[in-house]
Amino acid sequence: MSGTPHGKAIGVETIGMTMRFGAFTALDNVSVKVPAGSFHALLGENGAGKSTLVKCMMGFYHPTSGDMLVDGRQVAIASPRDASALGLGMVYQHFTLVSSLTGAENLVISREKVPGVIDWRKERVALAQFMERMPFKLPLDVKVAELAAGEKQKLEIIKQLYLGRHFLVLDEPTSVLTPGEAQEVLGLVRGMTRAGDLTVLMISHKFHEVTAFADDITVLRKGRLTGTGKVSDLSHREMAAMMIGDQPIAALDSRAEPKPDAEIVLKVKALKAPDRTGLKSIDIADLGVRSGEIVGIAGISGNGQKEFLEVLAGQRPRNGGEVTVRGAAYAATRAEARALNVRLIPEEPLKNACAPRMTVAENIAFRTFDVDGNGKPVSWISAGAIKSFSAHLVEQFKVKTASLSSPIASLSGGNVQRAVLARELTGEVDLLIVSNPCFGLDFSAVAEIRARIMKARNAGAAVLLMSEDLDELLELSDRILVMSDGALVYETPIAQASVQTIGEHMAGHH
Amino acid sequence: METTDIGLWGVPLAMLGGAIRVSTPFIFVSLGEAITERSGRINLGLEGTLVFGAMSAYAVAVMTGSPWLGLLAAAVAGLCFGLFHGWICKFPKVNDIAIGIALMLFGSGLAFFFGKPFIQPSALDLPAIPFGSWSGIPQVQAALNVNVLFLIGAALAVFLWWAFRNTRIGLIVRVVGDSADAARAMGLNPNTVRLLATGVGGALAGIGGAYLSLYYPGSWTERISSGQGLMAVALVIFARWNPLGCFAAALLFGGAGALGPALQSVGVTQGYYLFYAAPYILTLVIMIATSSPSRTLAGAPGELSITK
Repeated sequence: MSGTPHGKAIGVETIGMTMRFGAFTALDNVSVKVPAGSFHALLGENGAGKSTLVKCMMGFYHPTSGDMLVDGRQVAIASPRDASALGLGMVYQHFTLVSSLTGAENLVISREKVPGVIDWRKERVALAQFMERMPFKLPLDVKVAELAAGEKQKLEIIKQLYLGRHFLVLDEPTSVLTPGEAQEVLGLVRGMTRAGDLTVLMISHKFHEVTAFADDITVLRKGRLTGTGKVSDLSHREMAAMMIGDQPIAALDSRAEPKPDAEIVLKVKALKAPDRTGLKSIDIADLGVRSGEIVGIAGISGNGQKEFLEVLAGQRPRNGGEVTVRGAAYAATRAEARALNVRLIPEEPLKNACAPRMTVAENIAFRTFDVDGNGKPVSWISAGAIKSFSAHLVEQFKVKTASLSSPIASLSGGNVQRAVLARELTGEVDLLIVSNPCFGLDFSAVAEIRARIMKARNAGAAVLLMSEDLDELLELSDRILVMSDGALVYETPIAQASVQTIGEHMAGHH
Repeated sequence: METTDIGLWGVPLAMLGGAIRVSTPFIFVSLGEAITERSGRINLGLEGTLVFGAMSAYAVAVMTGSPWLGLLAAAVAGLCFGLFHGWICKFPKVNDIAIGIALMLFGSGLAFFFGKPFIQPSALDLPAIPFGSWSGIPQVQAALNVNVLFLIGAALAVFLWWAFRNTRIGLIVRVVGDSADAARAMGLNPNTVRLLATGVGGALAGIGGAYLSLYYPGSWTERISSGQGLMAVALVIFARWNPLGCFAAALLFGGAGALGPALQSVGVTQGYYLFYAAPYILTLVIMIATSSPSRTLAGAPGELSITK
């Protein structure tokens, strides 16, 4: 690794990288230069070829043509092993840590050479020495399953550094982190690149992160390089134009005037329920959501939002308290949801709102398959009616699917979410409960989904929106509440909302 | 052996002896299953492996006159069964539980087929160590007459507990059992690791079978196993995949199993047969008491098909 002007950081360059899968060109003559010690952002929509490019660089794919230069020398990377031998590493979007092992066990077992019998006393000393040089402090003796998402992400990065890698590809590193965690992790990584210890190529959708941390960007669209440049010279608008071309982006409906005296549709009083561990409980003292408003609930994941949503969705039993919708007690049965027009868009829709192996048409018809046009139960289910109902919605909500009879699990994340939205937002909606609706989706899908939620609000639905993405809450909500340690601890109307104050309440500093 | 009347003390003493005697096959089968399940597969076929192990151990012991060669034969037979299970399960869309059930029936059937000629002849038993020889009381001597396999099983439990944390192989098995993706990212082949883990698990189950036919009850019959192979799978779950837990659970189970005969021996003549069901009731009670609808099992390997 000599010859680098910086410390240990490695510079990497691709020249004319092309990758064809049969007749399909996933990557077309892409050249990217990432100098040693820089923080480079790779932007693009889903399917733009970002992952194909980095997989070619990391040796998972063999490019059809094109060359790789590492520190200016041409190299052949036939396998991920070759890439790691050259000091190139990748941090995946989904964690690759083994959750039942401790941090220390994860680090040691991922090493190239592990002794048959591990001398933990020796390893611990070595690890402690290694951690002293790291900017992150992490408990290594705790099982990974018990770490927070931010800590896991740090451990992933530390693992790469422990394995001696000095060029890192970060694949949407902040998609599972809270804003605070994202700031911290990226800030620390940024510091390491400044010090010349590390070169970073980050795949991202989030412009504000790119602007705050990256030096340069490269933008891909449909496998082609559509733009590159210094971050300091580019505005968000210009980056977006490079990413999506002239494709129209769904615009948010302008916010209809809130009516402060509108009917309170959802009321929650003194709700208590056990949390995931069974050791603590969540306790929602008092919450009301009026017709025609979006109430956002912010919070760091693991503070009870998920459990609260599960209670409202009927997935978790409650210990006490009452939930009423339009004055009627609500226990989330199918009959109640139908009578009171309650709709639900949970997080991870494929897992929580779909039967993955059933067809797209069947999944879209879950709310309506057993009733006829007048809401009367039917004794024979008509496959034809399900098909035509779904076909109409698939078109209206632009769900991209090979066919109505494909299993819904074969759709991309954005399209699964579109199908769920189609089901949940069709017909009368009085109460809409939403959780992290845009998690892991790309730019245009996010814009479209947010626009639909706003439309439902303007049409008079009461919307309860739980999200770990503060930007999303600030964009959509009329009021923001903060959930911390199982309780609602802070409330602010959107006009007076400050990220600073909300963040402090999220962290429990009040 | 003359009997000394030691009254009700005979019950705990008989239970202790029974625990040691009855638990040994449970120890081996559950340790084997623990290794297999830690790698992310369930092998329900261990019941069949156990019966086949019992038959092959007895047959080889009769033919060669050496119980140790019988033990070796049982281990090899078990290894083959385990490898067969592991090999079939590597194919996509094959369900390990269904294959396990098929192999359970196959193993038992094969054992009955080959075992017919060996029901009559008798083989030499595996040796036991008389830890109770200091005592003049025959009941104590009987209870503390400990078979070497029990001691090996105890040592094995401690060794596995240590090895899962402190050896490369142990960590690899846990990685594969928890996340096949993570294993692949480390350049490990989950199928190979599981194949070997299932093979080792099968070999241990075979040894458990050898204990049945070569020590206690000590002869080959078609009814030699009363579901030990299946119960051991349940033991692994309530031992939370911990080898030391498996050992303790096997002892507890053995002790409960000895309750019926012990009561009978002190002269309880009514209802003692209900106590024969003690191990099964105990299993149910422990399973219910330690499970919770709102929590997932602590320590369950992430790749296991029943906990996924």
